[in-house]
Amino acid sequence: MFRSIVRLQSQFGNILSPNKVCPRSPHFRFAFKYSSAITERKRFYQDVSISQGEGGLYEINLDRKKLKTPGGKLFTVPNEVLAIAVATEWDAQRDTLKFYTMHLTTLCNTALDNPTQRNKEQMINAALKFLETDTVCYRVDEPHGLVELQKNEYYVTIGSSSSILGPEIPEATKDTFRQHLNSYNFWSLTGLEFVITQLKSVVLSMGIVDRHLSVEQAVLLSRLEEEYQIQHWGNVEWAHDYDMYELRARTAAGALFVHLSSESSNVKRKLLQDREG
Amino acid sequence: MAALLPPLRVCRGILKELRTMQGPKYKLSPAYSYIMDQFRKNKASSPPTASQLTVTGEMYCRAQQEAHHDSHTYLCLLASSRTHLALHKLYHGKGDRSREEVAGLVGLRLPTQPG
Repeated sequence: MFRSIVRLQSQFGNILSPNKVCPRSPHFRFAFKYSSAITERKRFYQDVSISQGEGGLYEINLDRKKLKTPGGKLFTVPNEVLAIAVATEWDAQRDTLKFYTMHLTTLCNTALDNPTQRNKEQMINAALKFLETDTVCYRVDEPHGLVELQKNEYYVTIGSSSSILGPEIPEATKDTFRQHLNSYNFWSLTGLEFVITQLKSVVLSMGIVDRHLSVEQAVLLSRLEEEYQIQHWGNVEWAHDYDMYELRARTAAGALFVHLSSESSNVKRKLLQDREG
Repeated sequence: MAALLPPLRVCRGILKELRTMQGPKYKLSPAYSYIMDQFRKNKASSPPTASQLTVTGEMYCRAQQEAHHDSHTYLCLLASSRTHLALHKLYHGKGDRSREEVAGLVGLRLPTQPG
């Protein structure tokens, strides 16, 4: 019993252990790493660089060691841009590693490890389910200022409701959405799910992904009621601004993740054309 | 709704963020080279004229808009992460009080252990 605790301790602190200790059931290891309370570690590397490995996938190198996911897999990303962005995140850490600021790394880890064993179908269903409780669809009757604001800003009419029960989304709309979401690959859907959870709105998330909205605009729309109340009652920096910037950072990371994960093939084609021309 | 910032300002913003993050050697980072590459490749010399709006012209413009949006998103990511961290340090970074301080709050002192 004591020996097993000691082995767990050594696994605990070691993201980059080159030789894994006695194999435990993968599920147990996943659950352990993902539920560990560790939020800060000292920075233990000098340089961050990227390299291309097998299958054209890119890896991150911290000094001489290769980065691994919390699940123990090798950390690989499908395109160079995402790898550069992740490397920049790791390089930005100073004395301590603040994992809660490394949103792109977290998203990659989730996509690679898939700790909750999701597949595309489940994620699409979850997104469609969320549509019924989309922020944009809830309109208020009073106060008057907020009603006006909502009318002007929430010009999407996918269905609206003033009651606590959600709007009725017609089946045809759902099917169109389902088809559209099916065109995204697993990585992009991971990012999209993250953005939806942050913004509490499928419509706004699709707005960012389709590049109709900027991140700042979408965050503003997501927090419309809060912004209205702030204008009325005043701003509290350590709560309102703190939340807003965190929301912006996470949403931006998610949006970038989606765009980079769904664009890789286009980028390759352009480069080939440049070389030929 | 405010439109996106012009590409030059976005580029400057990103480079400023990189410099804040990485110090004077930010020009050596892979991020710097990639950003400069992308901005040079997608540079819009002037708004597209009617003659440029052929099939190829339009495709180029769309990729440009996509790159512009992506650069804006990345700038938002860098800037808001930095601001969020600063706010966190400012307001939420103090951690717990020590036991002596906690006792002192109610006017008590901790007992001293002999030896």
